[in-house]
This record gives sequence, structure tokens and C-alpha cells, in this order.
Amino acid sequence: MIDPQLKYTPEHEWVRLLEGGVAEVGITDFAQEQLGEIVFVDQLEEGKEVKKGDFLCTLESIKTVSDMYAPVSGRIIAINPAVCDGDPQFAPELINKAPYTEGWIARLVMSEPSQVDDLLDDSAYQKLIEAE
Amino acid sequence: MAYLPHTPADRQRMLERIGLSSLEELTEIIPSQLRLKRPLDLPPALSAYEVERYFEGLAQRNATFSQGHFLGAGAYRHYIPAVVDTICQRSEFLTAYTPYQPEASQGTLQAIFEFQSLICRLTGLEVANASVYDGGTAVVDGVLVACAQTRRSRVLVSKAVNPQTRQLLKTYAANGAFSLQELDYSPQTGQTLLDGRLDPQVAVVVLQIPNFLGIVEDGPDLVERIHEAGALALVAIPDLHTLGLLEGPGSYGADLACGEAQGAGNPLSFGGPYVGFLACTSKLMRRIPGRLVGLTEDSQGRRGYCLTLQTREQHIRRDKATSNICSNQALCALATTVYLSLLGAQGLRAAAKYAWQNTTYLRSLIAQLPGYTLPLSGPYCQELVVQVPAGQALNLNHFLACEGIQGGYPLGEDYPELSDCILFCCTELTRKAEIEELVTALRSFKEAY
Amino acid sequence: MDAQTIFEKSQPGRLGVMPPLSDVPLPSQPPMWPSGMGRQEAPPLPELSELDVLRHFVGLSQKNYSVDTQFYPLGSCTMKYNPRLNERMAALPGFTQLHPLSDPQQAQGALELMYSLQEALGEITGMEAVTLQPAAGAHGELTALMVMAAYFRSRGEERHLVLVPDSSHGTNPASAALAGFQVVTLPSAANGLVDMLALESHLGPQVACLMLTNPSTLGHFETQIEEICELCHRHGALVYYDGANMNALLGLARPGDMGFDMVHLNLHKTFSTPHGGGGPGSGPVGARGPLVDFLPGPLVAKGERGYHFMTPSQSIGRVRTFWGNFGVLVKAWAYIRHLGAPGLKAASLHAILAANYLQELLKEAYDLPYPGRCMHEFVLSAHNLKAEKGIKALDVAKGLLERGFHAPTVYFPLIVEEALMIEPTETEDVETLEAFAQAMLEIARQETAEDLHQAPRHLPVSRLDEALAARRPVLKM
Repeated sequence: MIDPQLKYTPEHEWVRLLEGGVAEVGITDFAQEQLGEIVFVDQLEEGKEVKKGDFLCTLESIKTVSDMYAPVSGRIIAINPAVCDGDPQFAPELINKAPYTEGWIARLVMSEPSQVDDLLDDSAYQKLIEAE
Repeated sequence: MAYLPHTPADRQRMLERIGLSSLEELTEIIPSQLRLKRPLDLPPALSAYEVERYFEGLAQRNATFSQGHFLGAGAYRHYIPAVVDTICQRSEFLTAYTPYQPEASQGTLQAIFEFQSLICRLTGLEVANASVYDGGTAVVDGVLVACAQTRRSRVLVSKAVNPQTRQLLKTYAANGAFSLQELDYSPQTGQTLLDGRLDPQVAVVVLQIPNFLGIVEDGPDLVERIHEAGALALVAIPDLHTLGLLEGPGSYGADLACGEAQGAGNPLSFGGPYVGFLACTSKLMRRIPGRLVGLTEDSQGRRGYCLTLQTREQHIRRDKATSNICSNQALCALATTVYLSLLGAQGLRAAAKYAWQNTTYLRSLIAQLPGYTLPLSGPYCQELVVQVPAGQALNLNHFLACEGIQGGYPLGEDYPELSDCILFCCTELTRKAEIEELVTALRSFKEAY
Repeated sequence: MDAQTIFEKSQPGRLGVMPPLSDVPLPSQPPMWPSGMGRQEAPPLPELSELDVLRHFVGLSQKNYSVDTQFYPLGSCTMKYNPRLNERMAALPGFTQLHPLSDPQQAQGALELMYSLQEALGEITGMEAVTLQPAAGAHGELTALMVMAAYFRSRGEERHLVLVPDSSHGTNPASAALAGFQVVTLPSAANGLVDMLALESHLGPQVACLMLTNPSTLGHFETQIEEICELCHRHGALVYYDGANMNALLGLARPGDMGFDMVHLNLHKTFSTPHGGGGPGSGPVGARGPLVDFLPGPLVAKGERGYHFMTPSQSIGRVRTFWGNFGVLVKAWAYIRHLGAPGLKAASLHAILAANYLQELLKEAYDLPYPGRCMHEFVLSAHNLKAEKGIKALDVAKGLLERGFHAPTVYFPLIVEEALMIEPTETEDVETLEAFAQAMLEIARQETAEDLHQAPRHLPVSRLDEALAARRPVLKM
């Protein structure tokens, strides 16, 4: 399943452009399938400045741990409460159930909005996962 | 040979199936020059009966002093009820592996869950793991957790912490994860002195309660001052038994309680296997080493237990794991779980109280004994530092051994300032008559020298 | 069965065992502890009668699989029979009641036992000196790496890399990291063994050590082991032997003769001491040459006045409290004394025989990604079963549980997809091996994975929601 409205990276992250130069990011359906049931998201810091390709957070499933990288440069302005341990809305399973919607991970104010042009569109990403 | 089940016919059939004619051919994959061409140079094999005779001979050359035993210092003699042995010798507990297949390991998993729960209840903390190697390595593990959490690397450890634990910390400090400094204790009370030693680089302060000199530290006061400096407080517990009378470190704010549960259900056994425990606040949960068992449900909604938060562990994170530990002391932890269930709330409290009463009696007799003094005035629990006639600590212990009494622990090697001092221990097993025999022996020793 | 905990069975006022009453005069005043240190009430422990406690834990035991009740072919874990003779020896009061700080002159029996075991393990592995301190295999690895680090420090050499094959046990990289090293993963060759070219390209002045299991985690002997050790030594690096698979080599070959510098052994695997549901184990470490001086202290030495403790001249210090998991050492020494040299060799030979026989029975129905003669264990893959019918290694494991066998090790080594690692050991008779093979074949013949997904059905619980346990951890009651 791939959402045609989104942009993608070869590392299986997606980006949704919101208003005001904000990018919402998450992992693709393909990625969540590979990881299995996600139970915890660690080291995500609101307010942190990241460059494209920098470490963003770790995603933990029962049997594996995987690093997620920033698909674009910017400052983290929001974290999905569903991925915050201790939050009443904590429900990391949403990353598995609805990876492109309720399972978003973070929002960034982009510092270099032109980086979006370098991301993959849905058909390019489709080809990439077919090749894997 | 009796140990192997294969008959010559079985062997023949198995070899034929894999296309070989002799056992020796199985080793042909090993390059010839590496194959051992001689038998191992080991003592000859013994029959089962001969093994028993031989081991009984070895065991008889150890003196265990069951009538009059005053040695503690990190390993404690308590009563082990028969049911503990019965359960720990159950085949299904004894000969199972780590519970990797939870459906076939609910017994071990639930027992560990109960162990974790008991440790939390006694320490007053929120999380406890499935146990670690021993009380000393538990402290090292706790220190590593504290350094990771605070992102600081200086560790302060009281000199009144077990000398072996301090040696261990020194060994592991060489790996570069932390540096170590020691805190003095008051020569009057035996309590740890913290004044002026805290600064913003300190990750954790390691205390022991009761401390190695038998003294109960002022936990609430020390922990408060440690927290004011932004450091974590780790309280080492040398004998889980003492928590029958003393408050759990969590109740006075400690972040970590790391200790030894040998005294609760495991024999002295010349130093091992013992069972270390590590408990902490829920804030530190994802940083701790070792196994954790959690409660969950099966596909039909029934209660079940499984290993959890395993992404901390080596088989998943490899070099990024919180630790390399991949076992626990499951059977020893089981002994502790059964032991605490048998004694229960009233039994553990009584045992701890009797140990204190017996120690109090010994103390009152020594206070009146010429030639012996009690140098430390701090509040005690089940151990006492006694100053003996000058230069005679080792001789005294030899003298006591000849009288059939296991003396205490001579402190001189670890504490030069206490070179004439011996640490005596009483537990709930110590009898009035034994205490009086000890005191009589101390008096005769003094008179003889 | 609802898996009620001991806490839920508690009734205030019940008592299982009362400690002996104190017979001294009552103290004139209560303890003078600092405020907040004395418990105001009894500790929050459960209250049950002795029979309640016994039934509770016997009931729990009945929910376990174990070697004494089931075939347990868990690869890399050597689940052989644990002779009851060992248990009886370890329970002798002269051992169990011996205080670790006893005067060594009054513990000569214990010290002689430890000395004899040190010597025997040195002979079995070809090492010059052995420490019995480490409490488990992983602890042995960590100890050995700390010894190596101290050795290089003493020589002023800055070697901070440790090479670990991609097929290795997870403890290898974790131990290296804990000892302060950086880990470099070494890709295996197509045959699953060490890739000599890759090894050579990774060696250099910064490499401290190569950690290796032999036989490898695939159950294959590293036939080029001498060249591997020579190559490492030529670059100034040491070679470490992970003894997890030593059950293949007793009396047949010795790590010391292959060129390894240090080893650890797992007494709870190779030397028949029980696993206890996850411990206690014991992981003695052996060393050769200059490394001997760096071993943790104390060791047991033999002198004119009997046996005594001694600490090597440049020792890294103590790695645990007291001397070792003594009770486990007693059991291992009982095993060695009962079997003797011929018995140990026969044990390894029959372990290899059983593995090869079982591999032969199963290699048609399952993939055998690394074919050829195996040592004491072998690795199958459910790769094709998964592709054809959706039957994964996990389904095979659960299907075996349902059929009354413990599962093999699954999903390890990491270089094999859908791995099933099988180690039958020398103590299983041929009928058991064949019955197990029958069960494996029956599972492979299933038309679809559907039935297996329901397995196991007849155990105290069915498949558990591990994600729930990890997302909302409940770790106590």
C-alpha cells in the first residue's frame, strides 16, 4: 500500500507537506511490515534541530530495533502522542495499523524546503520496493 | 558405558544411515594435525559409588562449624526450609532452559514474575529484573545504569561498602565507562560522610545498608543530599533478610537498590551460586540489564507471562545492548521466591528481629568483657565490629576454631585503621548458648595472652 | 487454569515456616535506627501455609518443559541429561554449609576440588591457566576481553577493535562493547565459515581480537582455523574461543592446539550441570602465554602447606563476589570424574553421531543451507516451507511444542533465514531422535500453515501477545 499524496525516501520514510512549511513524517507500510509489531519509539526530542539523514529516533518492535532518519532538515515541533510512552494516548500499534495517517511520527518545520524536490514520488517508491 | 544410551546395534544403524562405518570417521572433518592423538590426561573414571566416596572425602575436609558460627561479611547463614529444596530439585525447574518458548515455560516465567514482585515489595521500588549473578555484580550493573541515565561518569562509593564490591567496581572502571572515588566513614559512628564530596559531575553515590561495618546508614538524609546534587542514589543491600526490619530503599527515595538475596533461601555454598537483585524506579526501566518477565494474554484472552522489553538485550541489540547478560540466576531466584513465600510477612519480620536481638545480646556481653571494645557507636542490625587485644585478630580466630567456633571476619586487610577489629555476625540461627560460649572463649583467649 | 499468583492466594494470618525463636533475653530498648529506616509494619509479603506454597510451586513446575520430561534439541545450548549424581554431590553439607570467607586451611577440600577442576579444564582446552570465577558464559567472555584489554594496555598498544563474525552469538559483540571495545562485524564466506580475505582486510594495528566459535554456529568445523589464528597473530591480534560449542570436541581437539589464546567454557552446557530455567551457570576462562598473568584473581594454587588462593601478578582484579559458582563447579567435577577421559571423548563422538543422523533424516524435508557433515549440531531453514505454504520457523517450533518436543533454537544464526538450529546431544536414544524426526516431517507435510498457527493448543497457554507485554509493561504485582 502506497499513498499517492506523499513523498518517499529510499529508507522507507514518508513526508506529507502541511501548511506553513511543515513536514509530517512517518514510516511506510512496507517498513512497518518489515519491522513487525512496534512497541516503543525512543529518543525523539521535541525542539531538536536535525539535518536530512540525521538520526531521528529508534523504532522498537518485539524482536528488533531500527533507527529512523530525518527525511528532510528542520526543527521537530510536534511528536505524535501515540508514540510517547507515558502519554494517555500512547498507542504505538497505530504505526502498524495506519502508517500514513494516525501513525505519523513527528512534524518538522523545514529549514530547506527545496529538499522535498529530491524525494521520491509514489511510482518511484513503488519500483524501489518491488526491487527489494 | 552407562551414561550413553546407544547400543552397538543402534550405533551401527546410525552410522550406516550417514554412510560411515566407524565413530572415528566422524572426526575426519577436523584436520588431522589438530586431532588429539592421545587420551586427555585426566584422573581415571570412577563408578558412581566411587564418585560419592571421593566427594564425601573432599567435603569432610571442610570445616562448617554448625554449632557456633559468627561469620557474615557478605554471606549469611539462615534457615532453609525443606520445601525450598523440594521445589528447586523439581526436574521441571532444574532441567529447563531459559524460557524462550513461553507456552512451554509458564512455570519458570510466573516464578520469575513473582520474584520480581517480591523484590519490588521489599525494596519499595517499581521495577526489578529477573536477577543477576550476585550482589556485587548487581552494584556494577546499577552503576552503569546510573551513568547512562545521567550521562555523567563519576561514581562515589562509600568505604563502608563491602570491600569485594569496591574491588569489583575498580575492575569494571578500567573499561572506561566511569571513574571511581571513595567516601570516608565516621570513625565514631561508622556512618558514611558525604560532606563536600558532591558536585555536578557525580552520576551516582553507592551506599550499603546495613554497611559492611554492620551499621545502618541514615538513608533518608543521604539520599536527599545526593538528589540535591542531581546524582542518583544506589543502595546496596548485603542481605535481603534485613529488609524484614529495615525500610526498602525506595521508601526513602533511592533510585536503585542492588543486592544479594543469598540469605533468603540459598546456602553458603562457599560463595556461589548466589543471586543478585537489581531494582529501580520506573524511569530507569528501559536501561536495566538482564531478563524481565511481563504479564500478558494468550490468543484466548487467558493470563500468561513472557520475557519482555527484550530489545534491551544482546540477542537483539548486539553491541548496542544495555548489557551482555543473557541469563539470570533462575534457580537461586526460585529458591528466594519460595523462601519468601514460606516465611511471609510475619516470618521474615520475626527472623530479622531475632537476628537483631541475638546481636544485641552479644553486644551487651562484649561491652562488659575486659580487653574487648566496641569502637563504633552507630545503630547496628546483625553485625558488630569488635576491637580485640592488639595484634591478635588472626590468632583469636585460630583459637576460636580450636574451640569449635567459627569466628568473625578480620577487618585489617581491608581497613588498616581497624587492624585489631573483627566483624561478628549473628542471625536468627544463633543460640544464646553459642553466644555465651563465644564470650567465654574470648575471655579465656584474653587471659591466655 | 488462571495462573493465579502467590499474592492472590495469600490470606492474612497464615504462616508457612516460622524461624527459630530467639532464646536470648529481650533487649531493654528497641533499635535506635535513624528516622525513616525502621519498618513500621511487617513487609508486604504473601501469607500462606506450607502446603499452599508447595502446591503453588509444584503446580507451576508442571507448566514447564524440561530435559527430564521432554527431548530438548535447543541448538547451541547443549541440553544433555544432567546426572542426579551431580546434584547429590553438590548437596553434601560439607560444601553447602561452607562459608566463602572460611580460613583456607579449613576449606582444603573445596580448594582441592577447585584446583583439580582448573587443571582438568586446562588440559581439556589446551590452556595454561584457568579461572573459575565467571558466573556464566557471557561473563566469561567479558572477563576474557577485559584481560586482553589489560594485556594490550600493559604493552602500550592501542587496539580498540574486536572482530566478530556475522554468524556469532549476540553476547560476543555485547561483551566486547561492555569491555570498552568497538565491534566490527566480519561477513562470513559463502560456506558460512570465516572468509579469509575479509579477515585479512579487516586486520590491522587497531584490532585487538577475533572472537570465534568452533564448530561455528552452523555446526561446521572451521577447517582453516590454524591459518586464521596465524593470520591474526601476524597482525598482533589475539584469538578468542567462545566455548558454547565445546561439546563437539572433548578429547578430539583442543582450542589451544588450534592457536586460540583464550577460551571460555559453559559448565552448564558441556559439563552437564543443569540450566535451572536460566541459571546459575558457570563460565570458566582459560588463557595461554603472557595473558595468564592478567587473569582475574584469586585463582587456587597448590603450595607446600596445601591449597591457597593467589592473584596473578598483573591481574585485572576481581570480576565477581567470592570465588565462583562453587555449587556448579562441584557438579561439573563430578561429571568429569565419573566419565573420565574416555567417557568425555565418547560423549562428544555420540553427540556428533546423533546430529549427523538427525540431519540425514531431515535434510530432504527442510532446506539445509550449508550442507555437508556437521559436528554436534546443524542448522535447517524453513525458507522453502514459508515460500510454498507460509510455514515459518516459528510455526515449526510451536508445532513441535504441540507434539511434545521442545523447539530447536529459531531465527539464529542470523545469517540463515528462518533458521532452525538443532542440537540433539549424546544422551538421547535413537528412538527419541526418530520420533522427533517424525514430528518434524509431519509438520513439513502440512498442506497449509493454518493448523500450525493455532499451535500449541494443549499447553497451559496458547500463543501470547508479546506486543501487549512490551507496549504496556506489567512487571510486578
